[in-house]
Amino acid sequence: MSHAETHSHDHDHDHKPKGFVKRWLMTTNHKDIGTLYLIFSLTMFIFGGALAMIIRLELFQPGLQFVQPEFFNQLTTMHALIMVFGAVMPAFVGFANWMIPIMIGAPDMALPRMNNWSFWILPFAFTMLASTFFMDGGAPAAGWTLYPPLVLQGGHNLAFAVFAIHMLGISSIMGAINVIATIMNMRAPNMGYLKMPLFVWTWLITAFLLIAVMPVFAGAVTMLLTDHYFGTSFFNAAGGGDPVLFQHIFWFFGHPEVYIMILPSFGIISEIIPTFARKPLFGYVSMVYATAGIAFLSFIVWAHHMFSVGMPLGGELFFMYATFLISIPTGVKVFNWVSTMWKGSMTFETPMLWSIAFIILFTIGGFSGLMLAIAPADFQYHDTYFVVAHFHYVLVTGAVFAIIGGVYYWIPKWTGNMYSERLGKIHFWWSVISVNVLFFPQHFLGLAGMPRRIPDYSVQFANWNMWSSIGGFAFGLAQIFFCIIVWRTIKGKGTSKATDRVWEGAKGLEWFIPSPAPHHTFQDGAPVNDEHLAHVSSH
Amino acid sequence: MSQTNTNNDQYYVPHLAKWPIVGSIGMTMTAVGAAIYMNNQFDSPIVMYLGFATLIFMMFGWFGEVIKESESSKYNPQVDTSFRMGMIWFIFSEVMFFASFFGALWYVRNMAVPWLGGEGTGLFTNTELWSGYEGVWPTNGPGNIGGKFELVDPFHLPLINTVLLMASSITLTIAHHALVDGARKKVIGWLIATVVLGATFLFFQVDEYIEAYQHLDLTLKSGIYGSTFFMLTGFHGMHVTLGAIMLTVITIRMMRGHFKPESHFGFEAVAWYWHFVDVVWLGLFIFVYII
Repeated sequence: MSHAETHSHDHDHDHKPKGFVKRWLMTTNHKDIGTLYLIFSLTMFIFGGALAMIIRLELFQPGLQFVQPEFFNQLTTMHALIMVFGAVMPAFVGFANWMIPIMIGAPDMALPRMNNWSFWILPFAFTMLASTFFMDGGAPAAGWTLYPPLVLQGGHNLAFAVFAIHMLGISSIMGAINVIATIMNMRAPNMGYLKMPLFVWTWLITAFLLIAVMPVFAGAVTMLLTDHYFGTSFFNAAGGGDPVLFQHIFWFFGHPEVYIMILPSFGIISEIIPTFARKPLFGYVSMVYATAGIAFLSFIVWAHHMFSVGMPLGGELFFMYATFLISIPTGVKVFNWVSTMWKGSMTFETPMLWSIAFIILFTIGGFSGLMLAIAPADFQYHDTYFVVAHFHYVLVTGAVFAIIGGVYYWIPKWTGNMYSERLGKIHFWWSVISVNVLFFPQHFLGLAGMPRRIPDYSVQFANWNMWSSIGGFAFGLAQIFFCIIVWRTIKGKGTSKATDRVWEGAKGLEWFIPSPAPHHTFQDGAPVNDEHLAHVSSH
Repeated sequence: MSQTNTNNDQYYVPHLAKWPIVGSIGMTMTAVGAAIYMNNQFDSPIVMYLGFATLIFMMFGWFGEVIKESESSKYNPQVDTSFRMGMIWFIFSEVMFFASFFGALWYVRNMAVPWLGGEGTGLFTNTELWSGYEGVWPTNGPGNIGGKFELVDPFHLPLINTVLLMASSITLTIAHHALVDGARKKVIGWLIATVVLGATFLFFQVDEYIEAYQHLDLTLKSGIYGSTFFMLTGFHGMHVTLGAIMLTVITIRMMRGHFKPESHFGFEAVAWYWHFVDVVWLGLFIFVYII
């Protein structure tokens, strides 16, 4: 393959547009758009995190100290909306933009102008959403699930929240269409489907999930809008509707949505583990099937979020058993990662530390998920801190840990600079200890009966809440530290130049182009060198 | 598939997109304008209209740019495939949007309304809250929300509309075959016929709404029946309007000599879209009007 030579050669005149507006506002370059997504995601992560800090501050002690209950509800609602739609999802789209074209040997994303639009909707939508904090009645306060009738009783925020969600949906759908068209149409001539890196595979499947469920969410919030403003009766029993209808539609979107937030993490982890174990990924094909299996199951388990709402017994049973089934493909994945490490020649650089922590802590989140899936037990756990602990284990120590690990793994390729391994390891240990102090006690609180979404609580919960808050502040501070590490790496402060290969055991096309990756790669549409790929001979 | 690319025929990657940011501004103005108007924070929908105008301006600019690039043969077959995939998956997302409303209709008819009437687990809801309510479709609920109403007769205007839309799918297919055969005049004729059929459909649909509001007392506020009826047919009508505009655009493009017998993605995309709204109508005719 001649890419490395060709591109290091035209690295000096790689036609980056000059000026801020042309370079960033009008860009069609997948790498620049990826950077925009990642920076936006980090900004939202800090913003959403700040809201969480206020929540933990209020919960540090029983009683009302800092915020009023109404504002507390706005905090929990907006924290979730911002973290889900502003931090985690855009981070994955950022990774997709940066890595997918490089990983499959494509010159760019398939529809570059639309790619620009998918990103540039986001800052507008979130400005609109965040502006509700300053309106009469404040921000949405019915929880991120926006259940009627509560959500219909808020102030002016509903229209803004609904339209913001419409815009986020349009952005996600365009992003997903782009990913599908890129993967299916833009692979280098000899890049067969079963040669693709697993990150590409998981994103392909995620994109199908996005296209299937984001429009359903748009429909659900449209019904909220018309119920509130135009007198329809979708969720009004007096008119023949049903509030539970909203929950069904919402969770038909919502459950695939949580897999939208975890499948790309699986992809990132499946790239990192083989590199530092210096072994090919164990069970590559089974990983692909497991991902597809999880995606399929995600469509038939939604009502396990609603066990206590009053469903017919047959529904409870069906959704309980269907949910158990998910542990099979997920178990396949966990065992494959462990088997990849088995007898590997392991080293523990920062990305690997985050990945190992991901496997252990995500699995804990998976186990508490199994507990919640037991319908009769869920009547006890429902709407307690046990649920909060569960989904923060899968989303923070799952999705967010994978994102941070991915950033450490690929940032040398993005910036051309090696991050500081010492600071990276400090960040890891600081985070992994504090995050467990933050979320593990919430299991105990939930089992003891502490309800979620409340600003005040019975004194029996005081000790564990204090510990949880201490962990929360420490974890929040650690992420400010992360921002500093990222900033120093971009600026090349206290770092060394990254080599092209970056990691000794790394396989995959991205490690055979220069660091930083040139503005344009693989423009000739030529076949790629099979020897650079991670998955060729295994099947 | 990717194998169509060769070294001297590169995938066209545009540089410097100026339209997306215009689209974002237009979309935000539309949303904010609608929100402040609906909230009575502002007593005129002018911001929404301006935003909408910005969006239309963006579409003219953006699509115009793409058409120009296409007519100057910048796109190779691989680019064509990307566009096709884009359109197919866009239509699939639209299918899922309608699925949420059809799903709501199915749920209220088969679950919520019978439960309110005392079936299954709804026994106490019925006796305690809505005693005497029978839970039979069509209904505006036990609260008689919106007052007594009558139904649209499915075998009058809706049946005519069904025939019109089916016929328009046929005329569009004839136009497509003519395009492949290179008979351009014939294409334009059949396209105009398609647009006229679509416009007539919309005219009857408006007529039916007026009839419903003025004579049948069937409104958006007529409980769950009015909600599902007007939201489903309303969103479908909006899609037919959009499709008719798209058909008009490709008719004008035909008149200006665009499209080749072997390459006419824009035409096909509109045709797919039109068939999609046609199929949605069939679903509506059966599940909303007849059953």
